Amino acid sequence: MYRPVQQMLLAALLAFIVAACGETVESADPRPDRTTALDSISGQTITLVTHDSFMLSDGVLDAFTRTTGVGVVRRAAGDTGQMVATAILTGGNPLGDVMFGVDNTFLQRTLDAGLFEPYVSPALSGVPEGLRLDSRHRVTPIDYGDVCINFWIDRFDEDLPPPQSLADLADPAYRGLLVVQNPETSSPGLAFLLATISEYGNGWEDYWRALRDNDVLVTAGWEEAYYGAFVSGGGDRPIVVSYASSPPAEIVYADPPVTEAPTGVVTDTCFRQVEFAGILAGTQHRAASEALIDFMLTPVFQEDLPLSMFVYPAVTSTVLPRVFIDHVDTPVAPHHLDPATIGANRNIWTERWTDLVLR
Amino acid sequence: MVALVPVTFLTAFFVYPITSILWRGATADIGALLESFGKPTFVRIVWFTIWQAVASTALTVVIALPACHLLALHRFRGRSALRAATTVPFVLPTVVVGGAFTALFDRLGLDGGAFRVHHTIWAVLLAHVFFNVAVVIRTVGSFWEGMGIGPEEQARTLGASSWQALRWVTLPRLGPALASAASIVFLFCLTSFGVILILGGPTMATLETEVWRHAVLRGDLPSATALAVVQLVAVVAAVAVTNRLQRRLVVPRRQQAGRLPKPDRRLLAANLAGLGLLIGLPVAVLLERSLSINGGYSFRNYSALADRVDLLPVSSLVALSNSLLFATLATGLAVLVGGLTSVVVVHGRHWTSRLLDLGMTLPLGASAVTLGFGMLIALDEPPLDLRSSRWLVPVAHALVGVPFVMRILVPTLRSVDARLREAAAVLGASPTRVRMEVDLPIAWRGLLVGAGFAFAVSIGEFGATSFLPRSPDRLTAPLALFRLLGTPGEALRGQAMALAVVLMGITACAVLAIERVRGPIRGGL
Repeated sequence: MYRPVQQMLLAALLAFIVAACGETVESADPRPDRTTALDSISGQTITLVTHDSFMLSDGVLDAFTRTTGVGVVRRAAGDTGQMVATAILTGGNPLGDVMFGVDNTFLQRTLDAGLFEPYVSPALSGVPEGLRLDSRHRVTPIDYGDVCINFWIDRFDEDLPPPQSLADLADPAYRGLLVVQNPETSSPGLAFLLATISEYGNGWEDYWRALRDNDVLVTAGWEEAYYGAFVSGGGDRPIVVSYASSPPAEIVYADPPVTEAPTGVVTDTCFRQVEFAGILAGTQHRAASEALIDFMLTPVFQEDLPLSMFVYPAVTSTVLPRVFIDHVDTPVAPHHLDPATIGANRNIWTERWTDLVLR
Repeated sequence: MVALVPVTFLTAFFVYPITSILWRGATADIGALLESFGKPTFVRIVWFTIWQAVASTALTVVIALPACHLLALHRFRGRSALRAATTVPFVLPTVVVGGAFTALFDRLGLDGGAFRVHHTIWAVLLAHVFFNVAVVIRTVGSFWEGMGIGPEEQARTLGASSWQALRWVTLPRLGPALASAASIVFLFCLTSFGVILILGGPTMATLETEVWRHAVLRGDLPSATALAVVQLVAVVAAVAVTNRLQRRLVVPRRQQAGRLPKPDRRLLAANLAGLGLLIGLPVAVLLERSLSINGGYSFRNYSALADRVDLLPVSSLVALSNSLLFATLATGLAVLVGGLTSVVVVHGRHWTSRLLDLGMTLPLGASAVTLGFGMLIALDEPPLDLRSSRWLVPVAHALVGVPFVMRILVPTLRSVDARLREAAAVLGASPTRVRMEVDLPIAWRGLLVGAGFAFAVSIGEFGATSFLPRSPDRLTAPLALFRLLGTPGEALRGQAMALAVVLMGITACAVLAIERVRGPIRGGL
């Protein structure tokens, strides 16, 4: 015999399981639309494959469904590396119709694997040339961010000013202050290595020898660097490889609230990471997938990016939130390398780096 | 017939995916695969992986023995709470534990200088002991408890010192249980991932970390496959040894030895101090971090768990309830499959029994990368189109839970007195009725204990989950925690620590619930 409490618990558990088993298809009322193009895709449901960091505010994808009648199911597939490896393994039978989140360090690998179908979005004209890294338009740039040297402002003063450049980091005045991530195991770590290769060309090996002599600390991932060795997490190193958007995050997620970020960015040390979306080859919903790519370049989507994912919108005319205008130092001329060059050399470079810095 | 369910489960969700991915890797470029076997780094990695696992295992056993002695042979207040506490680390996410250890090393001055521990093998060994000490305490402890101390008392009466009694009487009698526990720990340390990367530092690499690096970051499937094959061979060897010893683990009959004595004060104090240093200190660091805000203390991080952070698709609380749901489903599956497997292993034909015993234990040592990718490419067509199914995560968790259910249930079932069964049969009971009325009541509690472990394993699982595509709203607590730690900001870090503490709390409650139903169980975990 059940007592009332047990009955309630049981009912709650059942309701919970039933609710939890519902699919998260975000298809709000598929309204009849005026144009025939929309009529043909209205009522379809497509799958958007993303990395785990993909986030949007509530209702953003609903806006897409309202205007097109296309429902979107989202699938998170691990970090960028996991997502790319997964997509390549499932190439013949893709997990979805559109993939978001490939960046320029992984781009060549996905192109070599023939993952995407070319598509030129009409909205692409709003995106600067410099971000359109595939001339055949197999992927469409959606957002970008910069991996930069961050420093803890309080640890520097007139006697020891914050570093200004990559070269400063090798200066004995900054000995033992820098922590970086292993490019073999970390995405910002790789971006920073690419920044040094972009800056020094063939001289990058000498630069890293100098960094090593200057007692650089290497960690496996971003978390151990930022929250372990860097001042922010109680460590004693005041210079770290992180993102240009880390200072605004330090403000938005401060507790108690603050008005000034405790960290700054060295803008001459930045490497630009561009994130792309592409239509996965083999999709049965080509037209609906094109509509989703177009939607990603509309203001609704672009304006949501900065505070949801701490990245910059690719479309130049997008209005930025206040905290991004006030607290992000945007690099004027960030470092970049051609995706094909990265694709061809990254394994060689990281192996060489391991020999130079870790052995 | 009973064997059909476990065999199908194992074949569909483990053997088929694993062979699919290995086959894909091998056929992609067999030359590159064979070439990677010959690289000097390859040998170095294999050698390091094995010796660090052996060293970790030895250290864990040595450190756990005094606690086994205390918990097995003495009665004191808080005994079950202490036993539950040792199990808590078992399910903590490594990224959190890594952070706690790093902070401790920093505070104790062990992060540099002559006594540097951080980023050395010592940090890895210490963390492995921290994580696995519960396995030894439970396996060996419960065996010891059931074994009784008659022969030791006889030896002492005949003039042996307590050291001699321990060395020549107790240890040999504990042998099978010790070896069995050691092999489980060995398996866990062999496939250790987060500990190696975070605490070992950038120069350390094991088969598990290298499989991940080659498959995910370098896009080099042939090399990853070569490494995965070697790992699988090592795991099969370890499991074969485990099972051999496991079969030798003769379960003693329940001793009606009367009440256990109270422990010697020094023994109790020494043990509490040891366990406090090893487990209490890192856990205390986490607790302190979860409560501290801007130099003061507050529960704000805990109340924040209910609010959704913009960076996450759901609040931490929803992630926790997702984890609970997955763990419940995974536990149900693990109990069903593990229960049926145990019956087959105990009563089945010789070869089916051995093969199933071996096969069902393998997932315990399977690499998350191999299993995750294998499931993705194998389970993509009807009738097994599960890639986007919400069942995939519970199934993957259940694969790791099944061996625990088995390891507790098999010795219990073996302990069912054959005479009891014969008596029932003589009195006219059908074979089914014998199972229902003799085996089941005895096995029931074992099943519950196994269920608790399967639950705990699922709640803390991170690796395989992250490889399986899922709806973002199905974020689990360990994944949420990892995401919270991925962006700067004190509030996010505080919330991550609070979430870790809540995870520990849930685990402790589950384990305490297990303690309640322990009763007559002897042997196994």
